[in-house]
Amino acid sequence: MNAALQPSVIGVQAPRKYRVLQRFLANKGAVIGAICLLLFVAVAILAPWISPHDPLKANFLSVRKPPSAEFWLGTDELGRDLLSRLIWGTRSSLLAGVVSVSIAMLIGVPLGLLAGYFGGWLDALVSRVTDALLSCPFLVLAIALGAFLGPSLGNAMIAIGLSAMPIFVRLTRGQVLAVRHEDYLEGARAIGLPHRWIILRYVLPNVQSPLVVQATLTIASAILAEASLSFLGLGQQAPQPSWGSMLTTAKNFLEQAPWMSIVPGLAIYITVLSFNLLGDGLRDALDPKS
Amino acid sequence: MMRFILSRLIGAIPTLILVSLFVFTLQKLLPGDPVLAMAGEERDPAVLEYLRAKYRLDDPLPTQYLNWVGNALTGDLGMSLRTEQPVTELIGSKLPVTFQLSLLAMCIALVMGVPAGIIAAVRKGTAVDYATSVAALSGISIPNFWLGITLILIFSVKLQWLPASGYVSFTDDPWQALRTLLLPAFVLGTALAGTLMRHTRNAMLEVLRSDYVRTAKAKGLYARVVVLKHAFRNALMPIVTLTTLLFGELLGGAVLTEQVFSIPGFGKMIVDSVFNRDYAVVQGVVLCVAIGFILLNLLADVLYRLINPRLRTAT
Repeated sequence: MNAALQPSVIGVQAPRKYRVLQRFLANKGAVIGAICLLLFVAVAILAPWISPHDPLKANFLSVRKPPSAEFWLGTDELGRDLLSRLIWGTRSSLLAGVVSVSIAMLIGVPLGLLAGYFGGWLDALVSRVTDALLSCPFLVLAIALGAFLGPSLGNAMIAIGLSAMPIFVRLTRGQVLAVRHEDYLEGARAIGLPHRWIILRYVLPNVQSPLVVQATLTIASAILAEASLSFLGLGQQAPQPSWGSMLTTAKNFLEQAPWMSIVPGLAIYITVLSFNLLGDGLRDALDPKS
Repeated sequence: MMRFILSRLIGAIPTLILVSLFVFTLQKLLPGDPVLAMAGEERDPAVLEYLRAKYRLDDPLPTQYLNWVGNALTGDLGMSLRTEQPVTELIGSKLPVTFQLSLLAMCIALVMGVPAGIIAAVRKGTAVDYATSVAALSGISIPNFWLGITLILIFSVKLQWLPASGYVSFTDDPWQALRTLLLPAFVLGTALAGTLMRHTRNAMLEVLRSDYVRTAKAKGLYARVVVLKHAFRNALMPIVTLTTLLFGELLGGAVLTEQVFSIPGFGKMIVDSVFNRDYAVVQGVVLCVAIGFILLNLLADVLYRLINPRLRTAT
């Protein structure tokens, strides 16, 4: 009976997945974004093996050297190899993006599901708190929370995750409200299935597509926010490398060592652009109207 | 319309109460003792006790909250613990700086984003459309503090055309003010231009598919007249609403832009007050930002009703 109620079983699941994949692959921008992201993930995983120098080792004989055969991207104010720091910085940026969005989703999605499904005072309370949190700009909230938790990469991820959480509450709640009175849910309730079972087996699978798209786009914002917090000194702490903190240092040596600022910024830009392209591609591919 | 505005204002009260509770709790949770920060090297218990009594930090938390809210309602947001200036006065002196920057940034965003969106929609599926869409997405993806640093490097350090930092008010010296604010406003406007372009394109595509545009074309009107007079006027509704909402987003961007260009505005004050543990300023600033956001949302709703004749008639 349960299986019969499940829309994915009633419908034609495999062809839909195939159509979604086809639509996604037809979008050149999304494919380029996905390939770039795979490359960044590979760089992050292989960092210990592909990094040409120790990213933390200062070398006072090679301070602020321009790009050369030995140091492909040059060195920083302590003589550290910029390419190695960039490679290791990929880890903190990707980690920050994924972990913060996971935190946001782990709190936001269940809250949105409960508020949308049960309605009443719970919905009113969750919605008012969400409105209150959304009335503060994302970055301002992240800075305030980051300062409260103290400067570190872990705390920056928590701060960004909590700041991004209301977006997921609102989106999930809206999606649940849209499906709440669908026949398959009425049927599930009519046969007396427990609420927990209905929410997890029938509601969640039917609201997950926009959540996946939002998660991809929020990772892009989270990477930007982590770089911003690190730029302000609230993210990854010295001497550990991160793209944002590399830019903070570079700002002080614009005249003497302009190369220090170019590559970390480009890395942030390409990663965020790739996530945005991927998110746009997923949205178009998953949109039933397209 | 007045009834609509009033009902929206009343509806915003619970949100504002929650924001005030959130702001108050958050600042109480900030690490460090503000009295120790104020006292500096002075660690005399009598002095610390005096400061606690002066700023009523010994009162129970609910009393402190009610006092703060009561004073805030009369426009008194307390005194800065560091500069000993009234917070309202501080906000009043910084807000015009950020407002000028935001206004210029919005002008740049509108000039870049809206025409680009119209062109992309009219030439849908062509190289121009793809190039504009990639440019818009780039605007959204580029870290504005990096764009700021790069522009300083090119236009201030290398070419020496524009100043790298500082602020001059438009009322004091309009030309110098424009020179000083041009780079930061461009940085701030880039992301907004990207967002505006994407929304303008979508709105225009929607309108260009409609029957009345098809009729206008069938009547033999010039393409420019069809696009600008018939299509764009109707696509304008979501754009106007979005522009209003984006003003709020500007503040988030201003935090970093003002930091990079050393502009003594509202955004820089937020960062400085958080880092200096200047609790009263943090409270006041976040409360003001939240009120601003709520009012901008209300303004967007009102504008939407004013522009949309169907909604206007319904009111």
